[in-house]
Amino acid sequence: MGKVIEVNGPLVTIQLPNIRNGEQVRIGKLGLMGEVINLREANALVQVYESTDSLQPGEHVEGLGKPLSVELGPGLLGQIFDGIQRPLKKIMELSGEQVIRGLSVAALDREQLWHFVPSANIVSGENLHGGDILGTVQETETIQHRILVPPGSQGEIIKHAPEGDYAVEEVLAHLKDAQGRVHELKMYHEWPVRTPRPYHSRTQSEQPLITGQRILDTFFPLLKGGKAAIPGPFGAGKTMVQQQIARWANADIVLYVGCGERGNELVDILETFPQLTDPHSGHPLMERTFLVANTSNMPVVAREASIYVGVTMAEYFRDQGYDVVMVADSTSRWAEALREVAGRLGQMPVEEGYPAYLASRLAAFYERAGSINTLSGDTGSVTLIGAVSPPGGDFSEPVTSHTKEIIRTFWALSKPLADARHYPAISWIESFSGYESRAKQWWADHIDPSWSHRRKQALSLLTQADELERIVNLVGPEALSSTQRWVLESANLIKDGLLQQSALDEIDSYCAPEKQFAMLEIILRFHEMGQELITLGTPVEQLTQLPDNSKIRRMKSTFGNDQSEQLQEFGNNLWEKLDKIRAEYASTSEIAR
Amino acid sequence: MKQLEYRHVTAARGSLLFLKGGAHAALGERVSIRDKEGTIRNGQVIRTSEKMVLVQVFESTNNLDIENTWVRYLDTPFELALSPDMLGRVFNGIGEPRDSRPPIVSSVVRSVNGAPVNPAARAYPREFIQTGISTIDGLNSLIRGQKLPIFSGSGLPHNRLAAQIVRQAKLPDDASNFVIVFAAMGVSHSDTHFFQSEFESSGVLRNVVMFTNLANDPPMERLILPRTALTAAEYLAYELDHHVLVVITDMTNYAEALREVATEKGDVPSRKGYPGYLYSDLAEIYERAGRIQNRHGSITLIPILSMPSDDITHPIPDLTGYITEGQIVLSRELNSMSIYPPVNVPPSLSRLMKDGIGRDYTRDDHPRVASQLYSSYTRALEARNLASIIGSEELSQRDQSFIKFANAFENQFIQQGEDEERSIIETLDLSWELLSRLPPEELSRVTEEDIQKYHSWDSSLG
Repeated sequence: MGKVIEVNGPLVTIQLPNIRNGEQVRIGKLGLMGEVINLREANALVQVYESTDSLQPGEHVEGLGKPLSVELGPGLLGQIFDGIQRPLKKIMELSGEQVIRGLSVAALDREQLWHFVPSANIVSGENLHGGDILGTVQETETIQHRILVPPGSQGEIIKHAPEGDYAVEEVLAHLKDAQGRVHELKMYHEWPVRTPRPYHSRTQSEQPLITGQRILDTFFPLLKGGKAAIPGPFGAGKTMVQQQIARWANADIVLYVGCGERGNELVDILETFPQLTDPHSGHPLMERTFLVANTSNMPVVAREASIYVGVTMAEYFRDQGYDVVMVADSTSRWAEALREVAGRLGQMPVEEGYPAYLASRLAAFYERAGSINTLSGDTGSVTLIGAVSPPGGDFSEPVTSHTKEIIRTFWALSKPLADARHYPAISWIESFSGYESRAKQWWADHIDPSWSHRRKQALSLLTQADELERIVNLVGPEALSSTQRWVLESANLIKDGLLQQSALDEIDSYCAPEKQFAMLEIILRFHEMGQELITLGTPVEQLTQLPDNSKIRRMKSTFGNDQSEQLQEFGNNLWEKLDKIRAEYASTSEIAR
Repeated sequence: MKQLEYRHVTAARGSLLFLKGGAHAALGERVSIRDKEGTIRNGQVIRTSEKMVLVQVFESTNNLDIENTWVRYLDTPFELALSPDMLGRVFNGIGEPRDSRPPIVSSVVRSVNGAPVNPAARAYPREFIQTGISTIDGLNSLIRGQKLPIFSGSGLPHNRLAAQIVRQAKLPDDASNFVIVFAAMGVSHSDTHFFQSEFESSGVLRNVVMFTNLANDPPMERLILPRTALTAAEYLAYELDHHVLVVITDMTNYAEALREVATEKGDVPSRKGYPGYLYSDLAEIYERAGRIQNRHGSITLIPILSMPSDDITHPIPDLTGYITEGQIVLSRELNSMSIYPPVNVPPSLSRLMKDGIGRDYTRDDHPRVASQLYSSYTRALEARNLASIIGSEELSQRDQSFIKFANAFENQFIQQGEDEERSIIETLDLSWELLSRLPPEELSRVTEEDIQKYHSWDSSLG
């Protein structure tokens, strides 16, 4: 038994013999949860995950003998957990609408029975290793939960349970290892959150993560197992982009970590996702989704933990052979939690008060993304997408600039675009993707071989237009040639018709890759044919006043994902019309000649 | 321990009082401090150990001496007694009456810090509040349970705008009125008086609870005042089933008081000297707005803050914008053109608008019209910019019609009287009247059906 020596905000100095660094402790009458972060002679420094209000020196402290760990087993999906994996719906039943301090609630429901089907190779005498699949539980209609032998356990099966309904605490198998020790295997196991889970080997992913968002998929692709960041000032639509990814990404499991953000955003997901269907499986989205919530008014230290709690659960599903997407909103709040603890520890601040280890912590976190071969010989991936909230929208601040060096896909949000209500407000100038060369193969195999070429053309049109606009702003539009004005018009068509996408429009919210490419193709071909007409002498006005311009701008919400034929026909009609104009001008220019 | 008085001050500095440990002071505990004249000051334990206790004194440590200062630990955090009798009353930051009437006596007593609301217990805010102001209703709708700040600057009419919202806010189909909690920190006497007479003249005074800390009151009290006010609001909303509108002014004064204490404590500063925890601290206040499942009442929060030198990237508006669900930004330029309310449309935003408008709440075309107005107005501003460089004669016909649109938009849509209450249908009809000055092919955010139904393009006007 130890005691409290000093209380300084979320940091508590305790005296407790034999305590280890990283060990969890329970503090005081209320039983507040905390974690030892520093040992100094006889004293230990604890960061407490809950508010330390009303805590006094002299209150007792006990060590729990293990580091911060999460429970991994059936019953995670569809749930909302707090920053240290306590189930918030259960907490609501126990303590009402406010989170009472010191509650100790297991993450997984101990009462619920799951129908367990043992794997075929589970027979007495067989040898099992960590990561092997003991059996399966159909957790939701879409997700079959594979019960894993915890990494680190191995041995010969001496006893095992038959198919049937079990609660998570029941022992399903006994393993005897080489030393003769017996391991009891249950439906769940625990894993310390700050230790990455082991895997067999890393693989090179070639599969793009399809989100149904044109600017992401077509222009700045992300691969399964990749790492991406979404930085943006407030009001630029970060949350909306992340929710769209959580909704439509072609992953098996989606984990949304609300780290220091608004409570209402998580409620929005909890209320809307059960009513939405996954476009890939046709089942309710909530069946593949779960949430970790440490909202901005919840204790700061748990915010630091929430990111690790999330990524450990993501790795667990990866180890079952699933493609997992984890969205972390926002990594800046996580970094600020680091800063707060560092500041109270009196550590030397380096940039804007952040401690020197900010960059290495960020890098280590993003390194937990990846696509891998699991220990049982399957493949799985964790894709990490982190939002960044730079103060004042300044991308040169420490969190954004360090993140930018670590990630491969950068979706930069722009305030001027958001102010014009151009959503998603992702800047085509500042964003980049280091995965384009690998995504190209998939698009070529599944959609169209010219994808990479067309994408470059569109991007180059956008860059040219940006330059031309600068000229216009200096000397006015009259200074431009007809071809240049046509470039501007086409770039605007790309912006309005392709890049802009309404999350609220039923048809436009998710855009299948086939439709994305078909739209890109139509706009670029319209541009090319227009250019040809202009060289023949057609005035730009005649082209811009065609009613088809506004039809092209609206094709995203006119044609559904299953209406590719109609879209094709729309294009054909357009080409016919332009051919007619060309015929007119071609003949006149011949006469002139 | 309540009875014991300690005389164990070891040092005093600014608003901080250092005491010997050993009294088992709890973090956040309220203390009362008696000086040699017998005057009582209030303080709060902000750090405690076996050897030393650090107390933050609201009234500052001026005139205290080490020998003749007695400290009493009250065993409780700051608490507020709650009763329906609070309505119509004026209190200071810690809930003591300022209106020379007796203090509130009640068996319902709550800690002013509250406890974080379980996100799983929240209900998503969806009901449209009509404020009668076109720039808010039409473009940045206020939703019941939202936190929507007004970003202003010195000399801009944020108080008049807030007062107009308070006067006019209602649900289109609900007669029940809002109860108002008004919290003022470091504001001038005349500003407080303005609100008081506003409430009086509109006859809502009996439905208002005021918490005031004037510019010459102790600044440290500002740190607790919004918490006290929100504790009262929570009681009115969740226990008495009222819909509560909370107006807090001015959050900049709050943040400055926080910075002052942080500096005294020696906390590591992050930006502009504000402590790194400014974000979490502001969130503790703002996140107390909202709706809760199975509760009838709600808390809608309108914080007002003045942006230092009109800089929206200053830490206070910046961090606020990351927490709140949008912002109404006021513009000095519009104000100097005598446009009231001078709402700067492009940077203003309401995040909850998408779920509280449209077919079920206002009118089917509302979301698209709002998006179209935004897009057309920003396009028009670009054209105006261009005109200032190359002269308006050089502009294309199309750009000129956009500039005309912008002028009309500012003078008819943004501009409105302080007593003018426009229904949302009037606002939407006005929007179409303005959009009709633009050719239909320029309107890509609305559907073709919308155009047929509402757009009356007259090319002679363009």
